[in-house]
Amino acid sequence: MFELAPLVLAFPIAGVLLNLLFGRYLNERWISIIGVAAVGGAFGVAVLQALALAGSGYHAHLALLANWIEVGQLQAPWQLRVDTLSVTMMLLVTGVGMLIHIYASGYMHGDARFARFFIYLNLFITAMLVLVGGDNYLMLFVGWEGVGLCSFLLIGFWYDAGEPSASARVGGEPQAGAGNARAGRKAFVVNRIGDFGLLLAMFMIFWRVGSLQFDAVADYFSVQGAAAGGLATVITLLLLVGVCGKSAQIPLFVWLPDAMAGPTPVSALIHAATMVTAGIYLVARSAVMFELAPVSQMVVALVGATTAFMAGTIALAQYDIKRVLAYSTISQLGFMVAAVGLGGYVAGMFHLLTHAFFKALLFLSAGSVIHGVEHGAHATHAHVDVQDMRVMGGLRSKMPVTFWVYLIGALALAGVFPLAGFWSKDEILADAWHVGMVEGHWHGVLVYVLLALAALSTALYMTRQIILVFFGAPRSEAAAHAHESAPLMTAPLVVLALLSVLGGLLNLPGWHALGTWLEHTHEFFQTGAFNALVAGISTLVALAGIGLGYRVYFLAPRTTADAADALQPALGPMFGFLRGKWFVDELYDAVIVRPFERGARSLAFALDWNFWHDGFHNSVLAAGFRMLAAFLSGPVDKTVIDRLFDALAGAVRVVGSRNLQRLQTGYVRNYALGVVLGVVAVMGYFVSRSI
Amino acid sequence: MIPVNYYLALSAVLFGIGALGVLVRRNALVIFMSIELMLNAANVAFVAFSRQFGELDGQIMVLFVLTVAAAEVAVGLAMIVAIFRTRASINVDELNLLRG
Repeated sequence: MFELAPLVLAFPIAGVLLNLLFGRYLNERWISIIGVAAVGGAFGVAVLQALALAGSGYHAHLALLANWIEVGQLQAPWQLRVDTLSVTMMLLVTGVGMLIHIYASGYMHGDARFARFFIYLNLFITAMLVLVGGDNYLMLFVGWEGVGLCSFLLIGFWYDAGEPSASARVGGEPQAGAGNARAGRKAFVVNRIGDFGLLLAMFMIFWRVGSLQFDAVADYFSVQGAAAGGLATVITLLLLVGVCGKSAQIPLFVWLPDAMAGPTPVSALIHAATMVTAGIYLVARSAVMFELAPVSQMVVALVGATTAFMAGTIALAQYDIKRVLAYSTISQLGFMVAAVGLGGYVAGMFHLLTHAFFKALLFLSAGSVIHGVEHGAHATHAHVDVQDMRVMGGLRSKMPVTFWVYLIGALALAGVFPLAGFWSKDEILADAWHVGMVEGHWHGVLVYVLLALAALSTALYMTRQIILVFFGAPRSEAAAHAHESAPLMTAPLVVLALLSVLGGLLNLPGWHALGTWLEHTHEFFQTGAFNALVAGISTLVALAGIGLGYRVYFLAPRTTADAADALQPALGPMFGFLRGKWFVDELYDAVIVRPFERGARSLAFALDWNFWHDGFHNSVLAAGFRMLAAFLSGPVDKTVIDRLFDALAGAVRVVGSRNLQRLQTGYVRNYALGVVLGVVAVMGYFVSRSI
Repeated sequence: MIPVNYYLALSAVLFGIGALGVLVRRNALVIFMSIELMLNAANVAFVAFSRQFGELDGQIMVLFVLTVAAAEVAVGLAMIVAIFRTRASINVDELNLLRG
């Protein structure tokens, strides 16, 4: 069944092409059927690959699609790698992707660019499958860039909408209503920084290893062992830059919250479940190198833990329903990065899977909420920000299905026993505990503390969100008139809710299905031991967060849309700090963006316009050219050449009209005489010669 | 038998008369007749040589010349008629429109 592997790419590509060529002639029903079927087909193929792996001793299988680059030493074929790690990612991407495609066909109903949306989504699935299915770093990079492109296209999908520019810094004209397009650009540019690191890492790998194939790299580093530690450290630190870009870690996480400008299915698919986890996949795939570089591992773990903590605190003070989830995603990605940094690859992958389930669920439910409130706003002609949790409230009775699945997602995210999030998060915390307490590394302790605090804030902000959105009384007309979304949207939610409940079964302590499955890719993909103490602390932390949220937000419910947040008195100025997202955007603005823009503008005006255009171009090039032209046309052309030809023509005229004219008498006799004389002359010549 | 030189002399004399006629006469008809005289002078020479060498080539050429002469007369007379109709004269000294 391995020979079917190329089909995993063929299905979504076919979906892209069909909708690209015929999308304009089809109605929404057929467009969405094509889109969903493309991903569904790929999912079927991925399932077959998993079965084939199970049936053949879990050995990695390589499927050559085509030769690509063969330049000297560099051999980079298009080759799919089917092993337990890549198949896990394929199943996740296509499975969750299919549910989100189904949801999107309801969510995007009536959008003018319906077909384009599904083309982009299928293109994204293709690129993501190239990323996780490729057998070398170059293919991974192609997919990496492909998902980046799709992310950019989909964030700016409603490119003609969004916030007007906060200030008219750029070029004088305020850029009205292009906020979404700007968000897409920001994501693209920030991701480029990360890609730069990944590229450099690839160059380093090729330089020293001579190949970009995963197997060759793994062999090289296993043979070299500790001797290649320095090289591995450099490469892995560069890889970390790429991970920070794609998986939204400090310092490159700023693009992900803005990415929420895209349609909600995009937020769920790309910016929660799949694309942003590419960084974790990259680290897991490069595990051989990370194992040789303890310094990098420590940096990775600390970056992840710090990100988890920082983003978790920011999420406490946001009002936008999707923005809370965005910071929550960053925070959870921090958990995963910390896990793979601590060597807990299975824990990281486990959390990646369960997080994909419940975060996709939360985003899609949030989309359902937004949809409902939008309906209410439409019915009552109320002008409210439909993503602002302050204008919601009391939606529990209006949207019962959405409420229940949201609650399940939130509890899973908060890590409540026995939902999926509990098991995966606990495994990460247990790994951190192990590194810190048992192995005695200081950074393990620090990571554990930061992650525990992040878990506390997770429980708190999810409780806050649930209470703000679903409990209390409606705080606006729009919320009062909201109603449940269509079954096409709620059905995927129910499936995802089931997965969020049952996802923990994947790697239950004592069973370790995921661990033994992944172990076949790398022998050190091991599940840490279950730690009852850590699990107890985690549960206490989660319950503390929920209890705190209950006490702060439920017992003193917000009554009006513009009341102050209940946490504000307790936190004081800290709340403003969190509300302002630690002012990282402002910091980057002041340190990078504005100096860059100033530099660019001064280059544009001083160098390009004033010096180059006005100075060099006008006074040197243009003036010089004008002088040369004047010289050529004046002295050279008018004086010399013109006069030469005038004189020539004058001479011809004089000779012709004054002298030769007389020969033309017009008398036939004269011409006849000419002929006779000519004959006589010729004959005379011949006669004289013959004598 | 009369030697061939006699014929050639006759031919030359006839040709000279014809050429002189073309050069000195003003009546277009006379000029025309002079041209015919030159053509026939050539014919005499052809026939004389044909007889001298005992071959028929010369006589065949004469037939060609006669044909050309007939065609020339047809075209030439038509032109003279046309000129006379427009200018009421066939004096070639009056036909000097081509003077530069």
